[in-house]
Amino acid sequence: MERSRHQTSGTDQYKRLVVGWFSFTCCEDSTILFTELLNDHFDEWKKVLEFRHIKALKTKNSLAGLDVAFIEGAISSDSQAREARQIRENAEYVVAIGACACTGQPSTSRNQFASEQINERIQWYLSHFDYGKEVRRLNEVIQVDDMVRGCPMKVPSFLQTLNNYLELFGIVDHAS
Amino acid sequence: MPRRNITIDTITKIEGSAGLKVFIEGDVVRDLQFIVSDYRRFFTIAVKGRRVVAVPSFLSRICGTCSVAHLFASLMAIESAQGIAVTEQTKALRRLANDGLMIRDHALHLYFFVLPDVLGVDSILDVPDDPDDPGHTLLHDSFDIKRLGTDISNATVGAAIHAPWPTVGGSLRTPDPTRFPDLLARLEAIRPKVLRGIDTFLKWDASLVRNTDYLGLRNDTRFDFLEGDVVNSNGRRIIRSEFKNYLQYVQVPHSHAEGYRFSDTQEDYLVGALARMNLNRDLLHPRTREDAAFSVSAFPSNNVYHNNLAQAIEILQCVDDAIDILRTIQLADEKLVRISATAGTGVGVIEAPRGLLYHMAKVDDKGIIEDYDVVVPTAQNQINIENDLKDYFNENLDKDEETLRANAESIVRAYDPCMSCATNFLKIDWIRR
Repeated sequence: MERSRHQTSGTDQYKRLVVGWFSFTCCEDSTILFTELLNDHFDEWKKVLEFRHIKALKTKNSLAGLDVAFIEGAISSDSQAREARQIRENAEYVVAIGACACTGQPSTSRNQFASEQINERIQWYLSHFDYGKEVRRLNEVIQVDDMVRGCPMKVPSFLQTLNNYLELFGIVDHAS
Repeated sequence: MPRRNITIDTITKIEGSAGLKVFIEGDVVRDLQFIVSDYRRFFTIAVKGRRVVAVPSFLSRICGTCSVAHLFASLMAIESAQGIAVTEQTKALRRLANDGLMIRDHALHLYFFVLPDVLGVDSILDVPDDPDDPGHTLLHDSFDIKRLGTDISNATVGAAIHAPWPTVGGSLRTPDPTRFPDLLARLEAIRPKVLRGIDTFLKWDASLVRNTDYLGLRNDTRFDFLEGDVVNSNGRRIIRSEFKNYLQYVQVPHSHAEGYRFSDTQEDYLVGALARMNLNRDLLHPRTREDAAFSVSAFPSNNVYHNNLAQAIEILQCVDDAIDILRTIQLADEKLVRISATAGTGVGVIEAPRGLLYHMAKVDDKGIIEDYDVVVPTAQNQINIENDLKDYFNENLDKDEETLRANAESIVRAYDPCMSCATNFLKIDWIRR
């Protein structure tokens, strides 16, 4: 897809890539790794990224008009599936982040439980909250445009993917 | 009586997903629900039938931020079940890696999650770009502190998240000692920045005081996160293998996580840095005690916001402890301590960043997991969090709703709760409330 850099009104001289970072069922290791990447990239990324939705860092979040949504974690319930579809509707591109989003594992472990393992204790949780019958990887629920695999995500792959989108949206060159 | 509810669907700037519902009748809180909304993954069921060597690495996936703590607690439980005594070198390397974990994890919480509350902004993204701005200085301090914690973990256990080297009986690799001088120099250089953070959280005047019990690990010879017995505020001392027997499980119908009471008191209790500082401040490293003396004198404290200050002091403690280890350790290539599979049950109890973490492994004579249990800090704090918030709301219902919401979030944030941890285990004895 061809895009060109464009000026925006408001306080930004240039358009920044509007991103969201979301987390479903997982250990949030990639979110933690992302916060580690900020040690080295915070000042650089503030120039080229607008973090419109990232509840790990902000209270005031919005889904509107996301260029790219980065989604970590597997989908455990219908309510999570609805939320993922809502993100999809608001994002031009969706990137699955980390093993649970890309493959389902290890969050899908309960899909392999034999019936005798679904004891009273597990059953209480499954029936008391809106657990889905199975845990699903992200692309079983919504269309995914890219994947950054790994547990946690592979950093070179994430940086390459992010740069690809910065290039796609014509944003790379004004960061320098 | 007029009724109203206050609901926070998503508490932000914490690990994982949680919300809050407050039911108010007249000028009294009728009910309050702290709702952990992460979905359970039932990992303790999933490990049954697995070989013991595969379990610690799998269970480190309980939590991204404190994966090293779960890894070590699981290793200790399995090694105890198998009768394996690891070498002094392995103990020192685990202690060093744990120092790295605490430095990185506490700094993430304090500077990325809490500092915006201190500065009166929504996010670190709103901190001014001006290098002369105090917030800018603190934020950039945090990058150096976090990076150093991560690099200590990388050098000693292979990675800060889901570390690949530690295994049952030792380490798959011997760390490269040529990386240590750089770490030592950076640890010394980071101390002024850590002290600036301590001063910041000391001066923050946020306060919520409530009497409660505190539980933590105590090793009488040093401020320790990995060895010792469990003690409480009244001086009760419990050997680690017995710890679980003192916990009363409470099923919390509105939350994916459970709660606990301490059987001695039949009351809620608090675990984490505030408990550790209240119980063990006499054991702090001499340099930490000297350079942070004024801040340490704030303890014992019943102000839950002082959990932040306690974490800031613990960063310095871990910096000074890591310096000691790196200056003295003499690494040798060691073989793993392994024995033939033995049937048995073992317990690992350590201090994770958020407090006491319990792993129990029951192993059969073929080295296969028969049963496994985990009790995490956030679940132990669940009832305490709710009781603190009830007190806060009851005393402040005259305030506007925006203030109530903001302060409730900052109280929860002070606990540094972790929902990923809180939803990966099951307990047995249910007390419905």
